[in-house]
Amino acid sequence: MTSTNYFLAHIWLIPLFPLIGAALMLFFGRHLQKEAVNLFCVGSVFLSFIHAVGAVFALHSFDPDHRVFQQILFEWVTPGPIPAPGGPIPFVADWGYLLDPLSCVMILVVTGVGFLIHVYSIGYMGHEGGYYRFFGYMNLFMFSMLTLVLANNLLLLFVGWEGVGLCSYLLIGFYFLKKSASDAGKKAFIVNRVGDTGFLLGIFYIAVTFGTIRFTSVGLGDPVAFAGINQTLAAMLEQGRLIYGAPVLTAIALLLFVGATGKSAQLPLYVWLPDSMEGPTPVSALIHAATMVTAGVYMVARMNAIYQLAPFAMDVVAVVGVTTAIFAASMALTQNDIKRVLAYSTISQLGYMFLALGLGAFSAGIFHLMTHAFFKALLFLAAGSVIHSLSGEQDLRKMGGLYNSIPATSRPFLIATLAIAGIPPLAGFFSKDEILGRAFERHPSLWVIGFLTAGLTAFYMFRLLFLAFFGLSRVPPEVERHIHESPKSMTVPLAILAFLSLVGGWIGWPSSLGGVNQFEHFLEPVMKSVIPETGAVEAANHARSLEYLLMIASVGIAAFGIWLAHSLYVKNPQLHTKIAASWPRLHNLLVHKYYVDEIYDALFVNRIKDLSTAFALFDGKVIDGLGVDGAGWLARVLSSISMWWDKWIVDGLVNFVAKFTRFLSHPIRMLQTGVFSSYAFLILLGLAILLAYYGHHMQVLVRSLR
Amino acid sequence: MMSPAHYLFLSLALFLIGCIGVVTRRNVIVILMSIELILNAVNINLVLFSRIFGDAAGQVFALFIIADAAAEAAIGLGIIVAFFRNRETVLADEMDLLKW
Repeated sequence: MTSTNYFLAHIWLIPLFPLIGAALMLFFGRHLQKEAVNLFCVGSVFLSFIHAVGAVFALHSFDPDHRVFQQILFEWVTPGPIPAPGGPIPFVADWGYLLDPLSCVMILVVTGVGFLIHVYSIGYMGHEGGYYRFFGYMNLFMFSMLTLVLANNLLLLFVGWEGVGLCSYLLIGFYFLKKSASDAGKKAFIVNRVGDTGFLLGIFYIAVTFGTIRFTSVGLGDPVAFAGINQTLAAMLEQGRLIYGAPVLTAIALLLFVGATGKSAQLPLYVWLPDSMEGPTPVSALIHAATMVTAGVYMVARMNAIYQLAPFAMDVVAVVGVTTAIFAASMALTQNDIKRVLAYSTISQLGYMFLALGLGAFSAGIFHLMTHAFFKALLFLAAGSVIHSLSGEQDLRKMGGLYNSIPATSRPFLIATLAIAGIPPLAGFFSKDEILGRAFERHPSLWVIGFLTAGLTAFYMFRLLFLAFFGLSRVPPEVERHIHESPKSMTVPLAILAFLSLVGGWIGWPSSLGGVNQFEHFLEPVMKSVIPETGAVEAANHARSLEYLLMIASVGIAAFGIWLAHSLYVKNPQLHTKIAASWPRLHNLLVHKYYVDEIYDALFVNRIKDLSTAFALFDGKVIDGLGVDGAGWLARVLSSISMWWDKWIVDGLVNFVAKFTRFLSHPIRMLQTGVFSSYAFLILLGLAILLAYYGHHMQVLVRSLR
Repeated sequence: MMSPAHYLFLSLALFLIGCIGVVTRRNVIVILMSIELILNAVNINLVLFSRIFGDAAGQVFALFIIADAAAEAAIGLGIIVAFFRNRETVLADEMDLLKW
């Protein structure tokens, strides 16, 4: 790092722009016009994109081996020494950003695809209520995702990780008045919690093992004061404190992978992703296809140093990935909801990415991540455009024959479908072929599964294409009259993404076809082998002819899938129902998605419900019944005793005094007859007595008068 | 010639008639009238002894008593009218509000 370029020095602006947009929307959005919402939210993402491009170009001008830029804004969490097996270790988490080739790829994908999807949303969400709310959440998502990919340590990455999870929850449940949508949001959030628990434990384990959670110390000057995981790991290997395949590393890698299975919808935690299609289509494109679900892939690739040293964890990643790939692909075969087919396809493609990671082909995984972001975002956006033009219809059985009526949607869709099916020279071909080639090299059995999945992928994607765009129209007549092409704000992003799906793979043009695979070379500094000596991943040394053969095979099976889909759904549209009828059990199993949701309900959801019922019962009977009501009852008994004492003893004494007085006063009271005459009589009587007593005085008086 | 005893007997008679009236009659108006008789009996005595002793104070006193009796009659009748309005009676034995 020689001179600080404007874009690199202001790398913190990249996540900040969408955060400002989100804050504006969520605090003041209610009072803003739609035009203002567009300006702030789409504009903020555009500014982020410009800054991301600038930063990537600035980094690209560096020497290839020193393409790391790291900037710590401030020390964020400073809890002091934390306990660890080898004595307390100082621990610090920065709020800092790391830009290396890996995060370059991610920020370009996130801001680029994100910007296109924001533009698309202007058209798609134009008639929806809560317009500002939608864009506020989308911008908040962009902030979280950019924090995730730019974070220079695991804790900040986790902040972004949880932030995208939150936005995913909010946006899946965007139509929160619809019960299925709010349920799907909750499901996504809760299933992700399971994965996040593992991820968090992995972070803790890393913190106590390495004493730091910063990815690397490169670009920060003093490598002792600013320790990084990669450097600490290398030092520990050198000192012999850790060895290749150490159990600690396997445990860490597996725990982190648990987090990745949750976020990236791998077996067994994939169940939330199909339900997440309840959200608006741009959300499915941005969050549940292009960016958020790839966070797990990014995280594993980011921690590749640890994974490389944990062969068992690598095998687990590869096996889970390839199993998910074929499992999800088979479930996509029978889905009738256009978005759900794409959701299962996403799970399946994510499985490919994990297969690549598990095989040690980290850059191939990231390559597939990028190309997948292009064509899957395009597929979702085009599907959204189809839904838009059919007034909200998502059922493939009510589509058909749309190819010529909405050309600006159907042509990009065709390109994306060819790309995902792996037809050269579209993007998907290069990335998928690279993964399959590596699989053949390392584990031919995994290659077989991946190879079959490629066939399934081509089949279900072309089934989707044929059902939606070809054959006879099954659109209800009242909808058919309203079929219209989507507005420019939607079709232009489709065109740009279609272009990217066409040429996006060319930066990874394999050497066997006369290219240089720039992509892999670009990522190489981040993915370089850390395995000491002999365990190194041997460079590709197989024959060219084998590579050609593999390419021909994968293109062949894709072509076979396309041909099969064509003959089942276009040439002979009744055939597929006959086939389904002849294999009723298998068909049922697929239609019900292997009953996985039902099994989870029976195993976990209902058991937890039982547990909460038991707790509710405990609450009602013991806490409320014994505790609260019991205390109330006791207080009542005590107070009635006290009341009795008050009434009969305390008041009784008072009353006794009063009654005793009354009893004594009774004879005197009797004198008060109330009869006026008797009073007068008594007065006269008294007078008479007085006169009689003093009578002699009277006599003296009378005598003297004489 | 009338001796002082005649006056005293007249006074005594009036006094006794008044007392018997106060004690025996139920009508408060009659009781008031009886009280007037008693007051006048006293007046006769005062005037008599004033004359015997040649002291005018007794007669002055009698004039005061007459004025007092007039005021008493006015107030007494006022009270009786007010009472009658409330209780619709002028009988003394029904005026028992202060009775226990």
